[in-house]
Amino acid sequence: MGSVTRIVVQRLLLGILTLLVVSIVIFTAVNLLPGDFAQAVLGQGATEEAIRSIRRDLGLDQNIVLRYLDWLGGVVRGDLGVSFAQMNFQSNMGGGEMKTVAAQIAPRFGNTMFLAGVTAMIAVPLSITLGVLAALYRNSAFDKGANLFTLSSISSPEFFLAYVLILFLAVIYPVLPSLSNIYEGMGFGERLEKTLLPALTLTLVVTAHMMRMTRAAIIQLLSSPYIEMARLKGISPMRVIVRHALPNALAPIINVIALNLAYLITGVVVVEVVFVYPGIGQLFVDAVKIRDIPVVQAACLIFAGAYILLNLTADIMSILSNPRLRHPK
Amino acid sequence: MTALLYVLGALAALLLAAWAMRLAGRALSGNHPRFRDMGFGEAFGWVFAAAALVFAVWLYGREGAVFFRWAVQGFVIFALAAWLFRLAGRHIGTGGSRKLFRAMPLTASFGVLVVLIYAILAIFAGFIAPYGQAEILGAANVVPGGDPALGGNPAYPLGTDQIGRDILSRLIYGAQNTVGIAFATTCLAFVLGGSMGFLAATIGGWLDQLLSRAVDVLMAIPALIFALLLMTIASVWSARLGVPLTLFMVLIIALIDSTRVFRLARAVAGNIVVMDYIEAAKLRGEGLGYLIFREILPNALAPLLAEFGLRFCFVFLTIASLSFLGVGIQPPLADWGTMVRDLAQFINYAAFAPQAAAAPLLAAGAIALLTVAVNFIVDWMLHRSSGLKE
Repeated sequence: MGSVTRIVVQRLLLGILTLLVVSIVIFTAVNLLPGDFAQAVLGQGATEEAIRSIRRDLGLDQNIVLRYLDWLGGVVRGDLGVSFAQMNFQSNMGGGEMKTVAAQIAPRFGNTMFLAGVTAMIAVPLSITLGVLAALYRNSAFDKGANLFTLSSISSPEFFLAYVLILFLAVIYPVLPSLSNIYEGMGFGERLEKTLLPALTLTLVVTAHMMRMTRAAIIQLLSSPYIEMARLKGISPMRVIVRHALPNALAPIINVIALNLAYLITGVVVVEVVFVYPGIGQLFVDAVKIRDIPVVQAACLIFAGAYILLNLTADIMSILSNPRLRHPK
Repeated sequence: MTALLYVLGALAALLLAAWAMRLAGRALSGNHPRFRDMGFGEAFGWVFAAAALVFAVWLYGREGAVFFRWAVQGFVIFALAAWLFRLAGRHIGTGGSRKLFRAMPLTASFGVLVVLIYAILAIFAGFIAPYGQAEILGAANVVPGGDPALGGNPAYPLGTDQIGRDILSRLIYGAQNTVGIAFATTCLAFVLGGSMGFLAATIGGWLDQLLSRAVDVLMAIPALIFALLLMTIASVWSARLGVPLTLFMVLIIALIDSTRVFRLARAVAGNIVVMDYIEAAKLRGEGLGYLIFREILPNALAPLLAEFGLRFCFVFLTIASLSFLGVGIQPPLADWGTMVRDLAQFINYAAFAPQAAAAPLLAAGAIALLTVAVNFIVDWMLHRSSGLKE
C-alpha cells in the first residue's frame, strides 16, 4: 500500500504545483492590461488624486513580484479582493459595507455545484447503461442510431441544444420552467425543478462522449480469451458484459467520466447564461463584459482549480482501479 | 409529478408488451429460432422502437407539432439529398472520386454535401445574399415566412431582425464571417502549433522541455475560460490601439488551440524523427528546414489532416460560444452566434407564432449542421484509416 500512497501524494503535489503556475499565468495575463487598475476602477472622469489614493490602496505602486505574492497570500486566506463594481459604487456614493469577491462567489459556487451534481446524477448512470447496451447490441440498428445521435449532440453548440430543449419542454409543452431563478431558502423539490432543464442540456452534451468511450472500452475487451471462455461456458451476453467485461473496462470509463465532469466546467458557462442560472459561470461572463478584473481573476482561478482537481482525480482513480499500477513490480 | 407517473406507466406497459410479443412470436412461428433465442432486452428494444415510431407518426399528424414536422421534413430532405449526391458522385467524376463515393456511408456523403454547400455560400456570399449584411432596411422585426397575413413580407423571406436587417442575408454572410474566421484561426493554430511541435521533436533538448512544459501549463486552464480571460484584456487593448477585437480573438484562440496541435505534432514527429531515413538525411548534412518540410511533414500529414477537421470544429464552436456570450465577433459583421443571442427571445413565441421562433433556431442550427457534417467526415476518415475494424 505504501507505493500507492506515494504515487497519490506525488500526483497531489504535482497538481498543487500546476495550480501555482496557473495562478502565475492568470496574474501575468491580467497585468498585461494597459494603464492600470486604478484607472479601470474609476473610469474616465477620475481626478489625479483619486487615482493616486486607489493605487496606494491596491498596492499598485509596488513591484509586480511583491504584488503577486500579496495576491497569492490573499487567495490562500480566502481573500479574493473587492470587485471593481463595488469599489466604484462606494467611491461614487460613499459609505456602506463592500461585498468581497469571495462573498459574491460563495453562494453562486454552491449553485453551480448543485447544477453539476444533478447533471452527473443523470448523465453517469444513463451513459454507462447506454454504453453497455450499445456494446451488447453492437452493429445493430440501436447501435447505429445511438452513434448518429451522440455524434450529433457532441458536435452541436450547447446553446443550440439548450434552445431546442426550451422550445419543446418549456414553450410548446410547458413542463419545465425556462428560466432558473433560484434564490436562497428555496425548497429542494422546487430547486430541482428549476435546475432540471439546464441539467438536461448539459447531460446531452456530456452523455454522448461518455457513452462512446464506455462502448469502445467494452468492445476492446470482448476479443480477449477470458471473455470467450465466459461465452463458451454458456452464460448470457448481458452477464458476460456486466460481470466480466465491465469491471476490467472500469479504469478507462472512470477516467472519461472525470474528464467529462471537467468538461462540464466549460459547458456550464454557456448554459448558465442561456437559462439565467445564478451560478459562477454567469457571474464570470458578466464580469468579463464590464471588465471587472478581480472577479474575472477569481472565477478563472476557481475554474482552473476545479479543472485541475478533476483531471487529478481521473489520474488517481485510474491508478487505483488498475491492480497492475496498484502493485508495481 | 403526473408526467413522471405517465412515463412509468408507459414503461411498464412496454415491458409487458415486449414479453407478450415474444410469447406470441414463439407460438405463431412454431418456436422459430429468431423468437426462441430472443433475449428480453432485444424484445423490449423492438417493442420500444415500434412504439416510438407509432408515437412519431401520431405526433406528425397533430395540429400543434409544427417544429416536429419541420425537423422530420428537414431530416428526410437531407437524407434524400445525401443519397442523391452519393449516387451522382458514383457516376460523375474521375475514377478515383467514383471509387471513393462507392465505399462512402450515407453520413459521410451528407457531410461532404453540407461542407460543399457552406463553402459555396461563404465564397459567393456577396452574389447570393439579396441585401448587405449591415444594411438597415425599412421595417424591423418582420416575421419570417413571407406571409403578409402573419406579419411577414415576401421581400424578406426569413424576416428582419430587431433593427431591420434582412435575416436571410445575414445568415448567408454569417457563413462567410463565422466559417471564414474559424478557418483562418484553425490554419493559424496549425502553423503555430505544428511548427513548434516539429521543432521541439527535431531539436529536442531544452527547447523541447521548455515548450512542452509551457504547453502543459496553458492546457491546465479550460480553453473557453482562458479565452474569456484574455478577451477581457484584449477588449481594453483594442479600444486603446484601434485594432478590431475580432483580430485579437483570432490570435487568442489560435494561441490556445495551437497547444493542442503542438501535442499531436510533437508526438507524431517524435515517432518519425527516430526513423533511419531521418538519420541518413542528418548524416547527409541536410538543414533543419529540409528535415522538417521534406522529411517529417509529408509523413505526418495524414494524422494532422484528421486533427484539422476536429480542431476546426472546436475552434468554430469556441468562436460561436464567445460570440453568443457577446465577446466574440463584433458587429457590424454578421455572425451566427451573435444572431442567436439577439433573436433568442423570439423562442418564447413558439406556441402561437412558430415562424417567429424559427429565426434564432436557424442560426444555431447552421452552426450545429456544419460541425455535425465535419464530424461525420472525420469519423468516416478515421474509420477508413483504421482498416474498417471495430
